[in-house]
Amino acid sequence: MEELLDILKELHPEVDFETEEHLVDNAILDSFDIVSLIASIHEEFDVTIDAGRILPENFNSAKALYALIRKLENED
Amino acid sequence: MRNHLLSDLYRVVTEKPDKIAYSDGKNSLTFRDVYLQSQSIGSYLHEKGIYKRPIVIFMKKSPQEIAAFFGVVAGGCFYVPVDEEMPQSRIQMILDNVQTPLIICDETTEKLAAGFQVKDCEIKPYDRLIGTGINETALKEIYDRAIDTDPVYIVFTSGSTGIPKGVVACHRSVCDYVEQLSEILGFDEDTVFGNQAPLYFDACLKEIYPTLKFGATTYLIPRQCFSIPVSLVDFLNAHKINTICWVVSALTMVSAFGTFQTVKPEFLRTIAFGSEVFPIKQFRLWREAVPGASFTNLYGPTECTGMCCYYRVDREFDQEDVIPIGRPFPNREILLLSEDGREAAYGEQGEICVRGTALTLGYYNDPQRTAAAFVQNPLQKAYPELIYRTGDIGRYNQNGELCFVSRRDYQIKHMGHRIELGEIEVNVNAVSGVKLSACVYDSEKGRILLYYVGDLTEKDLILDLKNRLPRYMLPNKTVRLENMPFTANGKIDRVALKTL
Repeated sequence: MEELLDILKELHPEVDFETEEHLVDNAILDSFDIVSLIASIHEEFDVTIDAGRILPENFNSAKALYALIRKLENED
Repeated sequence: MRNHLLSDLYRVVTEKPDKIAYSDGKNSLTFRDVYLQSQSIGSYLHEKGIYKRPIVIFMKKSPQEIAAFFGVVAGGCFYVPVDEEMPQSRIQMILDNVQTPLIICDETTEKLAAGFQVKDCEIKPYDRLIGTGINETALKEIYDRAIDTDPVYIVFTSGSTGIPKGVVACHRSVCDYVEQLSEILGFDEDTVFGNQAPLYFDACLKEIYPTLKFGATTYLIPRQCFSIPVSLVDFLNAHKINTICWVVSALTMVSAFGTFQTVKPEFLRTIAFGSEVFPIKQFRLWREAVPGASFTNLYGPTECTGMCCYYRVDREFDQEDVIPIGRPFPNREILLLSEDGREAAYGEQGEICVRGTALTLGYYNDPQRTAAAFVQNPLQKAYPELIYRTGDIGRYNQNGELCFVSRRDYQIKHMGHRIELGEIEVNVNAVSGVKLSACVYDSEKGRILLYYVGDLTEKDLILDLKNRLPRYMLPNKTVRLENMPFTANGKIDRVALKTL
């Protein structure tokens, strides 16, 4: 979770990712952020997030995103 | 010959009054709605004695915003779109430049609009203006008196001094652009556009005016769809969208994550892209997914009214190839000029310059910067003739197609937006606590990197910058340094920064 928060904070140092739960709905993350985020997650966690998983519910909070990463890690 | 941008509206409303002209998927306006609402706005301007003035439109992106544009033109004025996505300081700079007598807003922007400093300016919500009775006689007279070199809009583009430049376009250049683009991309009355571009740039001309010309339909795709690729393709299919003109980054967002394995666009037949280099790998994924569609690369600066060169992809490209920008639209010429003002020899690099009706009128209230970019054609000095110097460096390949090579300065293309890195630096340097800053662009990863020396944290700097810069100009990575690297002759060492 720490690694993920670091990635997110590098992208948006001004956002409190521990509490924010509407990252996509409130357009805090835009399409460019999501592209860089997926690339960084791939580097850090070695998991690939494909389009079928790029859904608001998976990206609205750091917690949800981390849960997705864990799930994908376990699938490997 | 069409001399007035709205002649198509006045024709199409008699042919297809009940067809949907513009929609965001939920909220739609028919051609009749667009006509009536724009005529009311034009009549309001006339009633107030406002004529040949810039009118600021500050509304959320919607079919109504487009009708407001037409209303301003119907009243013999020209529209200046601003948007919530712009930070307040930038909107204030635009207002200072144009000195508008009227800001047209909506319920989402009314409060914000009231917060700006503008002298002798009225702020009116769109919904109230469209209640104005239509004065047909007055509008007819305004229409008849218009000439095709009268301005129709001002859009603002990034300026390296930190002050954005307002590009003013007239009826003639927009009519010509719509004509040529429609021919090249083959628009017709069955065209269903899926618009991606914001309405405060000239990029949206591609959809809004051909829609009038052919009685076609434009869907304004909700911005959020561009973050969720599957929902974006679902939107295209749900509305049977067959024509898209998008920035490359919007297209690669879809192809890069395997979206096509889940869902494919079913109705697309015309795909135009531009503003950035299309990575061949992503381009191939699109071609495989939509084999029946035509793909056209477009190129052009805002100063020459939308796009002015095109290349329709007609062959295979290798991974390391660059898709050419091709050749000029009809009725404009590209001059490739060497540094000493002669025509570049075949295969030689030169600055891309544009000649013809496509040239806009220049920058609003800014004679100095206008004179620097709109210059006398150096190849003929017998009579006054302006060309526009793009600052882009190009060359012709062995097929005689024009190719983009690089920029002459620190201007970049990021997510389809034209950005002066100097403008970012000016704004960063204005933040108290910042001693020194430099912006570089990592073109491989497509990221704006900001380095600075100063007393404040990255977080505080970004928070402050959000009030100064539009979102797309915010650095993607911000790094505080103890010391800035310098070159031997005392300039900031941008090459060294790129290797950090």
